[in-house]
Amino acid sequence: MTTIAPVGRRAFLKVATLAGGGLLVAVYGPRLGVAARGDRPAADPLADTQLNAFIRFHDDGTVTILSKNPEIGQGVKTALPLIIAEELDVPWAKVTIEQAPLDPAVFGPQFAGGSTATPLNWDLLRRTGAAARAMLVGAAAKQWNVAAATCTTADAVVTHAPSGRTATYASLLAVAATITPPALDQVPLKDPAAYRLVGKPHKDVDIHKIVTGQPLYGIDVVVPGMHHAVYEKCPVFGGKLVSANVDEVRKLPGVTHAFVVKGGPALDGLLDGVAIVADSWWHAQSARGKLKVQWDGGATAATSTAGMDAKARELARAPLDKVTRNEGDVAAALAAAPMVVEAQYSYPFIVHAPLEPQNTTAEWKDGKLEIWSPTQMPQPGRDLVAKTLGIPPADITIHVTRSGGGFGRRLKNDYMVEAAQIAKTAGVPVKLLWTREDDFAHDHYRQAGWHFFRGAVDAQGQVVAWQDRMVYDEIGEADFPSRFVPNLRLEVSTPFHGVPTGALRAPGSNGQAFVVQSFVDELAFAARRDPLQFRLDMLRRQVTPPGPRDRFSAERMAKVLEVVRDRSGWGKTLPKGRGMGVAFHFSHRGYFAEVVEAGVGARGGLVIHQVWVVGDIGRQVINPINAEHQAIGGALEGISHALAQELTIDKGRAVEANFDEYALLRMPNAPPVDVFFHLTDNSPTGLGEPALPPVIPALCNAIFAATGKRIRKLPIGNQLSA
Amino acid sequence: MPSVSFKVNGQRVNVDVPADIPLLWVLRDQLNLKGTKYGCGVGQCGACTVHVKGVPVRSCSTLATSVAGQDVITIEGLSADGTHPVQRAWEELDVPQCGYCQAGQLMTAAALLAANKKPTDADINAAMEGNICRCATYRRIRGAIHRAAELAAAGPSRAGSGAPRDRED
Ligand code: FES
Ligand code: FES
Repeated sequence: MTTIAPVGRRAFLKVATLAGGGLLVAVYGPRLGVAARGDRPAADPLADTQLNAFIRFHDDGTVTILSKNPEIGQGVKTALPLIIAEELDVPWAKVTIEQAPLDPAVFGPQFAGGSTATPLNWDLLRRTGAAARAMLVGAAAKQWNVAAATCTTADAVVTHAPSGRTATYASLLAVAATITPPALDQVPLKDPAAYRLVGKPHKDVDIHKIVTGQPLYGIDVVVPGMHHAVYEKCPVFGGKLVSANVDEVRKLPGVTHAFVVKGGPALDGLLDGVAIVADSWWHAQSARGKLKVQWDGGATAATSTAGMDAKARELARAPLDKVTRNEGDVAAALAAAPMVVEAQYSYPFIVHAPLEPQNTTAEWKDGKLEIWSPTQMPQPGRDLVAKTLGIPPADITIHVTRSGGGFGRRLKNDYMVEAAQIAKTAGVPVKLLWTREDDFAHDHYRQAGWHFFRGAVDAQGQVVAWQDRMVYDEIGEADFPSRFVPNLRLEVSTPFHGVPTGALRAPGSNGQAFVVQSFVDELAFAARRDPLQFRLDMLRRQVTPPGPRDRFSAERMAKVLEVVRDRSGWGKTLPKGRGMGVAFHFSHRGYFAEVVEAGVGARGGLVIHQVWVVGDIGRQVINPINAEHQAIGGALEGISHALAQELTIDKGRAVEANFDEYALLRMPNAPPVDVFFHLTDNSPTGLGEPALPPVIPALCNAIFAATGKRIRKLPIGNQLSA
Repeated sequence: MPSVSFKVNGQRVNVDVPADIPLLWVLRDQLNLKGTKYGCGVGQCGACTVHVKGVPVRSCSTLATSVAGQDVITIEGLSADGTHPVQRAWEELDVPQCGYCQAGQLMTAAALLAANKKPTDADINAAMEGNICRCATYRRIRGAIHRAAELAAAGPSRAGSGAPRDRED
């Protein structure tokens, strides 16, 4: 886990006047998110520092703020600049936001993933804005020959109330540039009670462009002389190309290039394939229909979901090869318990399917590459391209476009390296665009997992034993109920399967929460206890003190659980066939407890009436509209996973190919979601992910409460009509 | 290659196209109208929705040659300046997340409101079911359609009675 270091002592500001007037404020600081490398004093402070953010003041009173991280629909392009603008005291209407290009030497780490944008940038960006403001105040104080402390700021104006003097920021730029920048860790920050921007709703800065259909996304990029490309890979994951009829394909209408690309073994790198380049995407895609390729699927061709299911069951009959937690004596506790509960759970591979299919535009010119890509990870993308094509990273420019969704898919840059290779080989600028079928066939899927539980409660209704044998699970660990059950044993085994997998919104947690919080429900039922109170009691009975890798606070979780109990009216009388389910989960530093009210009709029709989400993400919600969007989006995505999402593997390849065979949530099935943030005095944390995991078990537990039917296998699919 | 002539956003266009090309790719790649999006290519997601003679169609599954002589409206032509009631309502409620599906959602919603001035939740669900929002902004889309209906009733420039809450009716 990444340590998030506070803004350090060595962080400082650089100021320069811009050609044509205006002032540029750049913040240098030790790299955030990496534990400090000792206290070695750096001879040249720049040698060990990075520039983290930019503010550009203009003479006309407007301010440009660069947004450093990729925008994938999570709202950072609005939220991060908002933090700077708050401390800077400029009116939001005067701020223009620009997407920063990839330049980690200037902006520090630039990525979208792990709900990290807020925790990694909150402190730094506040101090950036505050330091720039302090310099403007200093400039006014100097001009007026008064103490800086007697000046105030609002709406890009410095005021000295005792003498009634005012000066706009724009009028102070030249003097401000001569002021010594304050040390970042000493600059005074605003009292949050005085916030005028942070904590107030702000719309997406690109909203007008979105509703008027202006080009914004990677797929919309056009460069002069651009050709269009498709790339055909082996349907068996990582398969090798034996031969292809590229000479025939090259003669097809509109086709300008068709060639074989030899790739490597890494499933998230450049793989073997055939590139077809044409004057239009439709011509390239049509030519693909005439392509004949012989592939060698290798060992992965034997992989299937059914085979993995059988393998998991076989393995779980005996202790698994790796023990990740072992507290007390589970075997003895299970043997002594009056009643043992056993259950097998599983969840399938699922796809990310961001709605904008994978694409990248690349141009190879004079030994240099220019790339336009909707990516969550531009820097690793550049490294991958550099390594694969044998080009120095310095010769690769990456423009990060807005992404039509990410969900973790665009942490991988396979499509970027393909476009780069095709552009280089073809010698023309190309836009590579995957079809939706390519996307389903070559995702880095959410890992499927199987869990085999044995648990026991004693005569007092307390959990005394918990054993989980996890096969194929991607974390193999659990924050909970580790530490809260006296005899607990977690084992894991991850046999080879060859299917490419990767992080999907709340990775690991999106499967773990389902199995853990469902099995907790089973134990509560066995103990004849109210499932919500049962959870509170578990949280209040910590049996092992937290070790160095334990990050989970039982008090914070118990509190959100109590709040969601009260908001949802937990325990109220419901009509027959309806039930309420509860679950909680800690992930990405966020504490979430959720309740679902659902009903099941006579023929198995499931209706989700309401979802309640309560989260503790610290003391400050930066942009409440966006926070609500993220929490609702996370909860509804969880419901979508639970209802029907399943990607089957057979013969080493994906079976479902498009949305007609793989159902995503649609409007009629999207329930109302009530969101509440319980503020606590902790550092603000991110929201892209943690609202998702608990909704899945909360829904399944609601189904159990309504019908007595326990969902132990996702998706729910037609299990209720059986 | 056959040539086809039709109207896009009020302007007559004449393009040479492959006989089997869907309208979507002619709009995006030949006419450089990038607002209409590709999401699935098989009529399942609605990202490519445009109006042909006022009716919402999936341009990924509509042959370009089949719209010869017809009026096609894309998101770029939904209004001259982004002030169609659905666009105003979408902005007011800050509907999008990634935004990629929204052109298709707006076109489907605009066609619904043209046919039904005061749709119920059930009407909206039925009309919008073919449009996927992977970010799941469905509740706000529905709220914005109710709001657009109010804005349309109030006339082109006057505001209505405030944004509706998320509700079931
Ligand atoms: S792209 Fe046409 S319906 Fe999906
Ligand atoms: S806003 Fe992202 S797909 Fe709808």
